[in-house]
Amino acid sequence: MLEVRDLHLHYGGIQAVKGISFSVGQGELVALIGANGAGKTSTLKALARMLPQATGRVHLNPVDGPAIDLMRLPAHELVTHGVALVPEGRGVFARQTVLENLKLGAFRVQDRHLVQQRLDELLERLPRLKERASQLAGTLSGGEQQMLAIARALMSAPKLLLLDEPSMGLAPIMVDRIFELITAARDSGVSILLVEQNARLALKVSHRAYVLESGRITLTGNSADLLQDDRVKAAYLGETVC
Amino acid sequence: MDIFLQQIINGVVLGSIYALVALGYTMVYGILGLINFAHGEVVMVGALVAYTVMTALLPTGLPPVLLALLALLVAAPVCMALAWIIERYAYRPLRHAPKLAPLISAIGVSILLQNLAMMIWGRSYHAFPDILPPLHYDIGGAQITLLQVVTILLAAGTMAALAWLIQRTAMGQAMRATAENPAIAALMGVPVNRIITLTFVIGAALAALAGLMVGANYSVAHYYMGFMLGLKAFTAAVLGGIGNITGAMLGGLLLGLIESLGGGYIEDLTGGFLGSNYQDIFAFLVLISVLVFRPGGLMGERVSERA
Repeated sequence: MLEVRDLHLHYGGIQAVKGISFSVGQGELVALIGANGAGKTSTLKALARMLPQATGRVHLNPVDGPAIDLMRLPAHELVTHGVALVPEGRGVFARQTVLENLKLGAFRVQDRHLVQQRLDELLERLPRLKERASQLAGTLSGGEQQMLAIARALMSAPKLLLLDEPSMGLAPIMVDRIFELITAARDSGVSILLVEQNARLALKVSHRAYVLESGRITLTGNSADLLQDDRVKAAYLGETVC
Repeated sequence: MDIFLQQIINGVVLGSIYALVALGYTMVYGILGLINFAHGEVVMVGALVAYTVMTALLPTGLPPVLLALLALLVAAPVCMALAWIIERYAYRPLRHAPKLAPLISAIGVSILLQNLAMMIWGRSYHAFPDILPPLHYDIGGAQITLLQVVTILLAAGTMAALAWLIQRTAMGQAMRATAENPAIAALMGVPVNRIITLTFVIGAALAALAGLMVGANYSVAHYYMGFMLGLKAFTAAVLGGIGNITGAMLGGLLLGLIESLGGGYIEDLTGGFLGSNYQDIFAFLVLISVLVFRPGGLMGERVSERA
């Protein structure tokens, strides 16, 4: 689904991403884990064309069409090719209502019936958002905003969902809710790239994972295996390895 | 004649015009955080183009109202094209530059347009032809002319249409989203550059209408008229809370009233020391007071980004 080759990224003299390569298969949930400042968010932003200075080859390979060179697309065209990013810090439009935020997720969908149908489905699944549909998004709690941000991304019916730190700053109960939403998307066949600091959680829900350290991938494998890996245990799971 | 009521009427007319111009400032500020100091010049160009069209067509003997309509149909596209060019070539290349750069560019465009207008239309004051018959109505000891009634209604209708566009249409929602966070708006598929252009162009259309209204109500147009008008409308936008659409409408109306009432009573207030030609004092007193005591303006409070 997503094929990244040799991605580089410079930020004012600092090299945040130093030539990484990875892929996300069709219907696969792949996690990108690592410490603060390892380059996880930068990688996602580069994929979403929010950092135009990034270089490398990024291709989208949809099952039902030709490969698309993401690096040649302007940011606002990504969503029309089925790529949706849920940004770090949620990025909901605080001064718009919950309903407006959701509708904006389907901004490029022409078919109004389809938009309404997706909206009804999502609100049915997320009663918390339904109750607050006419509230300004800025008045929601952090967890509700994260829920809204993910739901908004789902409004575009993405083929590839990029999730940036969805558990950040949330109460444990909300983290569970958010991950229910993510696993539901995974089970419905959406390909997902998940960037997450909470490595245990990320490894539990993902099929495969990459470990990012100082802008390089240092370890990769099946998530189940990585959960048992001593290096991962020591560095990211907070377990003491004897 | 009731001076108080009369000044209220004059103030509402003036305020409606300020509001239309202030909307152009506030919409662009809301989206780019840029004070488009060339906006007053766009109003000036609108007024002068309207003047040219009307005087050129005057010999045809068409009814003046039709002339005004034709004048607007020419002035609005001219202003819109002008705003498009200004945004594309004076501001867009500086989009990611430090904030001072586009501001200086704006002042440069403003001077450029004034000088171009001076070369095209000369330095003299141009007398605007009468658009509507000089009918007036008496209300409570004051007079309101037909032109004033039309001005107020037209401004109100235009602003209602704009409010509808921004609050109720998908395009308006995209504009609001871009104003709040352009990077996230782009992720939703909003073509941010096109929305920015659109914002400038809509503001310019309002400016053209305002230019025509100024010409019609105060009977003159000249190359330098945009400077003071722009500054006043900017004050109105700041008074309402720059970046806030409703604020610009409210601020425009209030500033018109303050100026008009202030101008009407300044002679009494100062014992004849200052005459009504000093009415500009009030606009700038307002500007300074707002900046000192309530920099966010009347409606400048924003919902917090996070709960």
